[in-house]
Amino acid sequence: MTFNRHAANRRELLLASGTLFAWAYLPKVARAEGRDPRLLVIVLRGALDGLAAVAPVGDPDWLALRGDKALTLDGKPPALPLDSFFALNPAMPNLHRLYKSGAATIVHATATPYRERSHFDGQDVLESGLAKPGAADTGWLNRALASLQPGDRAGGSRDAFAIGPIAPLVVRGPAPVLSWTPRRLPPTGDDTVMRLMELYHHTDPVLARVLEERMGLATIARAGGMDGEQPQAAGAGQVRAYFAESAGTAAKFLARADGPRIGALAFDGWDTHAAEGAMSGRLAILIGALDGAIAAIETEMRDAWRETVVAIVTEFGRTARINGTDGTDHGTATVALMAGGALKGGRVVADWPGLKLAKLHDGRDLKPTTDLRAVLKGLLKDHLRVDAGVLATKVFPDSAAVKPMAGLLQQA
Amino acid sequence: MALDPKAQAALALYRFGLGPRAGSIAGIASDPRGALLAELDGAGAGRIGNADLLTSGTAARVAFAFQQAQREARQAERAAQQAAAPSGGASPPQMNDQSAPPPPAPVRNPGPGMPQQIYLAEAKARIQAALDAEIGFLERLVWFWSNHFCVSADKGNVRQICGAYEREVIRAHVLGRFSDMLLAAESHPAMLIYLDNARSIGPDSIAGLRQKRGLNENLAREILELHTLGVRTVYTQEDVTRFANVITGWTFVPFRQDPVRGGEFEFNPRMHQPGAQTVIGRSYPDAGMQQGRDVLAALARHPATAKHVAAKLARHFVADEPPPALVERLAKRFLATQGDLKEVTKALVAAPEAWEAPRAKLKRPGEWVIGMLRAAGITPPDIGPVMQAHNLLGEPLWRPSAPKGFADESAPWLDGLAQRLDIANQFARRVGAEADPREVFEQALAPLASSETRQAVLRAESRPQALALMFMAPEFQRR
Repeated sequence: MTFNRHAANRRELLLASGTLFAWAYLPKVARAEGRDPRLLVIVLRGALDGLAAVAPVGDPDWLALRGDKALTLDGKPPALPLDSFFALNPAMPNLHRLYKSGAATIVHATATPYRERSHFDGQDVLESGLAKPGAADTGWLNRALASLQPGDRAGGSRDAFAIGPIAPLVVRGPAPVLSWTPRRLPPTGDDTVMRLMELYHHTDPVLARVLEERMGLATIARAGGMDGEQPQAAGAGQVRAYFAESAGTAAKFLARADGPRIGALAFDGWDTHAAEGAMSGRLAILIGALDGAIAAIETEMRDAWRETVVAIVTEFGRTARINGTDGTDHGTATVALMAGGALKGGRVVADWPGLKLAKLHDGRDLKPTTDLRAVLKGLLKDHLRVDAGVLATKVFPDSAAVKPMAGLLQQA
Repeated sequence: MALDPKAQAALALYRFGLGPRAGSIAGIASDPRGALLAELDGAGAGRIGNADLLTSGTAARVAFAFQQAQREARQAERAAQQAAAPSGGASPPQMNDQSAPPPPAPVRNPGPGMPQQIYLAEAKARIQAALDAEIGFLERLVWFWSNHFCVSADKGNVRQICGAYEREVIRAHVLGRFSDMLLAAESHPAMLIYLDNARSIGPDSIAGLRQKRGLNENLAREILELHTLGVRTVYTQEDVTRFANVITGWTFVPFRQDPVRGGEFEFNPRMHQPGAQTVIGRSYPDAGMQQGRDVLAALARHPATAKHVAAKLARHFVADEPPPALVERLAKRFLATQGDLKEVTKALVAAPEAWEAPRAKLKRPGEWVIGMLRAAGITPPDIGPVMQAHNLLGEPLWRPSAPKGFADESAPWLDGLAQRLDIANQFARRVGAEADPREVFEQALAPLASSETRQAVLRAESRPQALALMFMAPEFQRR
């Protein structure tokens, strides 16, 4: 009898649980201009509901679409106005403040080239920079670094890095990276627990009862089901603390004179199929934690904040309408959030597609009108001085038709 | 309820093995029963071919020498301290400055001691054998019998020899005769230390007449209660005491007395209670060590032992409340073959009940942890986290809290469900970028998975979440 030889292709388990990946050089061209740019990419896994983060309150079809789940300027709590058309989720006062001071930019109705609705494939496309899902073992950020001419190596570790139990795909690849282990592992997310409880309720009542008892989860389990209750806020403090510590630690490293310059983080938990709670529930907690992470980065960056861009991206958006369980299902276009002193900010960049049925992608999702790669190429080109040809072929292969978005940076 | 071939193959891997690796379900789908039996026939079946591992005698002596050197170093240090600080003498010159803190004590951090190093090397070899096994049926049998004849690394000097014990006693006889495994276990220094027989002295023996110490019934009782007949069967307290007398003198060679054979089994006639002993209705003349061999041989043949062993095997592999007909058949096979464990094992595989019972048993922690590694195709370069997972889930390797061993029933393990979630989550986050959950699911669980579980895995918000949900799914945890 023959078997696939397990030992031959068995992957080594990385037991360094947390990792900070650091690129060991400075971008040479930017250095020649007297700049010392920092770039931090935050990947939100699970698909952020862009309409719940940044609401088109000026769209006449908005209220009809989301009903009492729609963020509005006179809601409870009221959404934070960005311009005459868009307003920010009230859980993001820090991003709002930065936006008002010109240090934050929002791109709406944006998406990667991926048009299906699988998280795994969507995350692969987002992080690999490839046009289609498939075998990807390197990320666009790492390939961008690999293309940069290494400049000084003062201090030994002026690098790119990632914080998280595993390095996100976006920073994996040929460019040398350093790693760092955070103190705490992320908590087992409420979302994972709720999904497991739901599975047990349908398939194994004994395990369901035991897990409920052991975790004191009766309330959360109900909220994850069909009765529309809000989930308990239990764990909100833990989530906030984890986000702030991860992001703040990243910033501390980025800020150091001899520290890394480019890095990535990933935060999970955005897959809000049921009881989404954009204003006061689960999504509000996550969005608030993300806002706290941005504030932590600003604080820890100190003077380096003025040379910083934080880019926050997610694999795709969610359905425009609320589903039958007070959540949203997998969709298409969403938002990209950027913050940092290097930005020419204070604006929402959007070729708004509208929310009428005929305007929705497949009759259900916000239609993508801006290719997310254009945004990322614009940042890499103007902030780090990655060559446009390299961007079109190596960093985002087959993307020559997608022009880098101009004017994102103060430094053109 | 006939399962399709892939589900039948997956059942074989879950119920009798250590869970699927990539390709293993397809590899045995044409004949799952035949594949289980084929694993029993493999060359060197059940053995660990690792030349670096020490025999229990060598391990015991190496550890003894290490401990001896440590004792001498401590004594030398104390002597040096006393010499440096003569009582009533003047302070050393460097202590005159009162503001300076005293110099720090020399830091001695030699890392894990020799017993722990040997223990970890054995653990690593055992984990590797579990990952390398094609099905893992033999490993499961080794784990079962090792737990039946358990010793604990937490007792005395068992730590350095518990791994060798498993290889020399359990692996050597896992498909041999029960009577041989029984004799090997009860005469192994690990067992003699663990259950206190090494120091048990016949009251009327030469040593007993000279010293105050005497009989210890611990091993005799557990042989009758746990290893052979079973609790509340055919023996009395008198049988326990007389049997304890029989095995007085079963001990090991003192290290100081014999540097070459120190730590190895010996029968010491000076500690042996003289005279005939009656155990369970039969008199055994005093023939030195042979007296104990004869009692063990009789115990191994006893119908109560056959029933005890048969019920335990069926409970471990098939159901917490095993079908009585299955237990009956295994016990009969045991008696008919003079305790041939290979034949009993084949009878288990052949039994329809063993395949028809619902998959209700919760995997033991070790099976579950190894099952995750096998499913994900991961070999940990460092066994630390694997050992830690065993500890957190209440099944620390070779460290049962009592001679009864770890429970075979599901109920006690339910308590660890929340810890399993934490471990699954951490493990999934560590390997989530490497392992494609869709592939892992198809290779390791799909034929047994409900549509709900399939959906939960495939619709997870990230790869790590998908893997964590798969490892926590009832179909992955139960067998």
